[in-house]
Amino acid sequence: MLRLPAFEFQPARSVDEAVTLLGEHGDDALPVAGGTDLYANMKLGLFAPRVVVGLRSITALRSIRFDPQHGLRIGALCSLDAIVREPAVAEHYPALAQAAAMVGTPEIRNMGTIGGNLCLETRCNYFNQSAEWRKAMGYCLKRDGNLCRVALHSDTCKAINASDTAPVMHAYDARLSLVGPRGERTVNIREFYQNDGAHANVKRADEILTEIALPLPARGTRSSYRKLRLRKAFDFPLLGVAVAVATDAGGSCTQARIVLNAVGSAPLEVEAAGAILLGTHLGEEIAADAAEEVFKAGKPLENANASLLYRKRMLRVIAQRTLEDVIAPLR
Amino acid sequence: MSIAPSKILATLRVNGRDATLAFHPHATLLEVLREELRLTGTKHGCELGQCGACTVIVDGTPVLSCLTLAAEAIGRSVETVEGLAVDGTLHPVQRAFLELGAAQCGYCTPGFLNAAVHLLEKNLEPSEAEIRDALAGHLCRCTGYTKIVEAVALAGRRMRASIDG
Repeated sequence: MLRLPAFEFQPARSVDEAVTLLGEHGDDALPVAGGTDLYANMKLGLFAPRVVVGLRSITALRSIRFDPQHGLRIGALCSLDAIVREPAVAEHYPALAQAAAMVGTPEIRNMGTIGGNLCLETRCNYFNQSAEWRKAMGYCLKRDGNLCRVALHSDTCKAINASDTAPVMHAYDARLSLVGPRGERTVNIREFYQNDGAHANVKRADEILTEIALPLPARGTRSSYRKLRLRKAFDFPLLGVAVAVATDAGGSCTQARIVLNAVGSAPLEVEAAGAILLGTHLGEEIAADAAEEVFKAGKPLENANASLLYRKRMLRVIAQRTLEDVIAPLR
Repeated sequence: MSIAPSKILATLRVNGRDATLAFHPHATLLEVLREELRLTGTKHGCELGQCGACTVIVDGTPVLSCLTLAAEAIGRSVETVEGLAVDGTLHPVQRAFLELGAAQCGYCTPGFLNAAVHLLEKNLEPSEAEIRDALAGHLCRCTGYTKIVEAVALAGRRMRASIDG
């Protein structure tokens, strides 16, 4: 039977209380929201904090507010299910609703939060394994070892960002609020993630993610998210593609962002693909050219539950389909 | 070697009854239900959130009891498969599972029942796609999915008829 290692549980009722508790216990403490990622990892022996600070009672971080001037503000403790069901998300940020609906299972989406999904621990076939398995393998760079099993000469961990909502938030130009003992700071999602699987974001140990702010998309913006996975339900992405494009009244593309996940430790914006779309009247041929840029830019490694070659080849296919989602309504 | 933190004394509300008991802060709701309250209807499956066998209803929402601390269920209402039958009369979903043979080895059944009851509480006329979506977090290693989907639809029809009648 897989049991959690022993820890003290300290539920926080406010952001201040959570930050104080995390500050007091330093590296001995970890925050938990829905628990679907952290507790599973703890059962595999990947983390063993002495104190777990529970965030779910901080009801102030559970609101979603939409304002037609400024856009959307999402409390980090909103469940993924609440985001799927929120009418303002479906209307103005449909790719976020799509991505949230593709995370895990109905039960996982009831428990899991948007903040938790954005802070999802990076994943790797050499990391998400039982303690016995990892010991027999000799551990890895991300936990307890000094060698990356995926790229033997790499100085950094190659575990992948498998958050479905992260690339979508990037495409919508999200700003994240982090609160710590020195107060609040806001970082653009581009600066939040780092391409190092062992240090995948800039959130400090004594900070919590409190809110995600999405600007109002430009008029005529269309967006979509698709992921590659082995089963239609339940699976982490083997690849993900988020697309947001805006067109002017004449149908010419004025803004284009194409962001990948599950090909590195951070979401990857393929600027060359966006540049191809800019100024064009979006169509199937131009989409194929952009998908070719995605194919060139995405460099998956052999660390997920499908072969590297399959994931590489499917980059072009998933990118093409996601682009067609936003082009089809124009025709 | 660290010493396990001392137990918490707390009251849990399970199937409408309050139970006061002591458990470790790191004990999962699944462990406390089975080992302290002896409600063994809720099953240990993968214990990592990948199979749905341990699903219970907390404050009206299906959650995975293997990834929920018992400490986080304090002050909330927990419903398990043992609470579905009333005075020995099976819930319509249980009766439909029984009649159609939707339980084979039965290990996944409590989780499926809870998810199905939750679906039918919101929608008595679910399409096959809606049923499959609602049950997407549950694995049946006997692979008896067809009967399970049929049983949920049958229970919905009967529950609708009993309201209409």
